[in-house]
Amino acid sequence: MILTSALIFTTGCFALALLMNLWRVVSAPGVPDRILALDTMVINFIAILVLYGIIEGTAVYFEASILIAMVGFISTVAYARFMLRGNIIE
Amino acid sequence: MSADMALWQEIVLAVFLVTAGIFGLVGSFGLIKLPDPMTRLHAPTKATTLGVGGVLIASMLYFFFAKGHLSFHELMITLFLFLTAPITAHFLAKANLHTDVNRDAVPPPAGDRPWAGFESDEARRIAEDKASKGA
Repeated sequence: MILTSALIFTTGCFALALLMNLWRVVSAPGVPDRILALDTMVINFIAILVLYGIIEGTAVYFEASILIAMVGFISTVAYARFMLRGNIIE
Repeated sequence: MSADMALWQEIVLAVFLVTAGIFGLVGSFGLIKLPDPMTRLHAPTKATTLGVGGVLIASMLYFFFAKGHLSFHELMITLFLFLTAPITAHFLAKANLHTDVNRDAVPPPAGDRPWAGFESDEARRIAEDKASKGA
C-alpha cells in the first residue's frame, strides 16, 4: 500500500517534471537553454522508465534505459558541438 | 508488484522513491525559475544525481527484497550518468559563454592574449608559434 502510493507519487513528480521541460523546450530564450531542457528530459525519462520497470516487476527496462542514457548523451554533445563549431565531426 | 514484503522494506523503498521524486521535480522547476543561463545549468544536476540515483537505488532494493538477489545493472546507469553529466555541463557552459556573455564586459586577463575561451584557433596557433620561437 505504502509502496504503491510512493510509486504513483514519484511517477507523477517525474511526469510533471517532463511537462515543465517540454514547456521549457518550447519557450526558452536561447538555443543552449533548449539543449539543456532536452538533456533534462532524457534524464527524467530514464527515471520514469526505471519506475515503470519497478511497477511491472521486470528488469527488461534497464537495458532500454542504458540505451536511452547513451543516445541522450551523444545527442546533447552533438547539439552543443554543432553550436560551438558549426560542425560535429571535423 | 508483489505484495509479500515486510512493512519496513516498503517504508525504506517509499523514502527513496519520494525523495527522488521531489528532487526530480525541483530540478525541472529550477530550470524554469532560475534567472540566467549559467545558474540554470545548476538546476538539472539535482535531477541527475539525487533524482535518478534515488530511483535506481530504490529499484535495486526492490529487486533485492522481491527476488532475493542483488542486481548491479542500476549501478551501471548511475556510473554512466555520473561520468557524462560533467561533460554535458562543460559543453553547455561553453555554448553559453559564446552566445550570452558580452566579451567587452569581462575583466581583461594579464598579458596581451585574450581569455583562452575567447581566443580563436588561428590566433592561438600564431601566439604559440611566436612563443616557441622566442624560447
